Amino acid sequence: MSVRHALLALLSEGPKYGLQLRQEFEARTGEVWPLNVGQVYTTLQRLERDGLVESDDTAEDGPQKGFKITATGEGELSEWLRTPPDLASPPRDELVIKVLVARRLPSVDVGHLIQAHRRYLVELMQQYTRLKEDASDDDVGLALVVDAELFRLDAVIRWLDTADARLKRLPEDLADAEPSAVPRLRLRAGVRR
Amino acid sequence: MKTLELRGVSKVYGEGPTEVRALGNVDLSVEAGALVAAMGPSGSGKSTLLTIAGSLEEPTTGEAFVGGRALSSMSRNDRARLRRRSIGYVFQDFNLLAGLTAVENASLPLELDGVSAKAARVSGMEALEQLGVADRAGHFPDELSGGERQRVAIARAVVGDRHLLLADEPTGALDSVNGEAVMRLVRAACQRGVAGVVVTHDAQLASWADRVVFLRDGRVVDQTSPPLGPESLLAPGSRG
Repeated sequence: MSVRHALLALLSEGPKYGLQLRQEFEARTGEVWPLNVGQVYTTLQRLERDGLVESDDTAEDGPQKGFKITATGEGELSEWLRTPPDLASPPRDELVIKVLVARRLPSVDVGHLIQAHRRYLVELMQQYTRLKEDASDDDVGLALVVDAELFRLDAVIRWLDTADARLKRLPEDLADAEPSAVPRLRLRAGVRR
Repeated sequence: MKTLELRGVSKVYGEGPTEVRALGNVDLSVEAGALVAAMGPSGSGKSTLLTIAGSLEEPTTGEAFVGGRALSSMSRNDRARLRRRSIGYVFQDFNLLAGLTAVENASLPLELDGVSAKAARVSGMEALEQLGVADRAGHFPDELSGGERQRVAIARAVVGDRHLLLADEPTGALDSVNGEAVMRLVRAACQRGVAGVVVTHDAQLASWADRVVFLRDGRVVDQTSPPLGPESLLAPGSRG
């Protein structure tokens, strides 16, 4: 999550104080991403240094200092909104690595391990669903943030379900085989070789 | 009060080499007002669990209790009456009768149970109102959207004084937003005191339940702990 661009977006609506920026950021992301005060002011200082925002020259640093976006800041915000996030590089997924490692350990029942992770993820989804259920109908920001988390967790559970089914279907001789020394698929920085 | 209880329920189809064990020694209790999801892949026994809970099939061994009464101790007629009066079913493909309007579909279980057409219609309209589709009462199923059809199907499942709601992938044919609306209505029915069981392979649907039991190869292998309040997600510093 880019705090820098979120603050630029809030300032594109008009000049605001530091404290106000923090409160509006939290309100609009459904308070799921809490910000600390220091993060807001440090980011604002950097934005000012880079010429993307301007502050009241007269006011002291702190919650009452006012900020406004510059033309360069508007350009940066517009560019950022239109730039696709980097989804091409696969993340180093800890859960994938755990399942890959568990397959090689005779003392670990991979099915049980997968179920333990599945249960944890479903419990987390129950909490997010409850958050959405309890939210007021007009809190669209919260619903959007919670939906994103639910779809992300759902995707992980679908992967676990698929891994579970795939490993169960594996013939025993293949299940016990040594992994090839060189992984057949290399994934690095978005380039599949 | 336990509205539904399965004790040591097993179900075997076929014999000898063609024998298939669909359920093995399943225990499950659902209290009035609670929504439980049974989650598992295809062939894990989800649908069999639902048909036994709904007295549509008998277990090979074990016992199913609805409202404290053992289904095996009841006559065929008593079980049919229980299904008409106390149990509501919701299916993925809605199963509405094409030749009946929304309100006729919703009031059908009561009419089948001998309630006068007029009284059944009043209850049917009440159920449609609860589900926000009263303005569609005179429309036939093919004049309704998927979301509306499923609301009518839920109205039929909760019409009158039903206390057990059984749903098989109830949001499967709907998009995410309509699916969420359906699950909010199922939750609302449970909050009015109905015990609900939803079987599904879908984690998003299961996450609406108070408790999720995980089915694998006909057995309950695990279940979720009682959920923490959503405020636990909002602890300062819980996310970067």
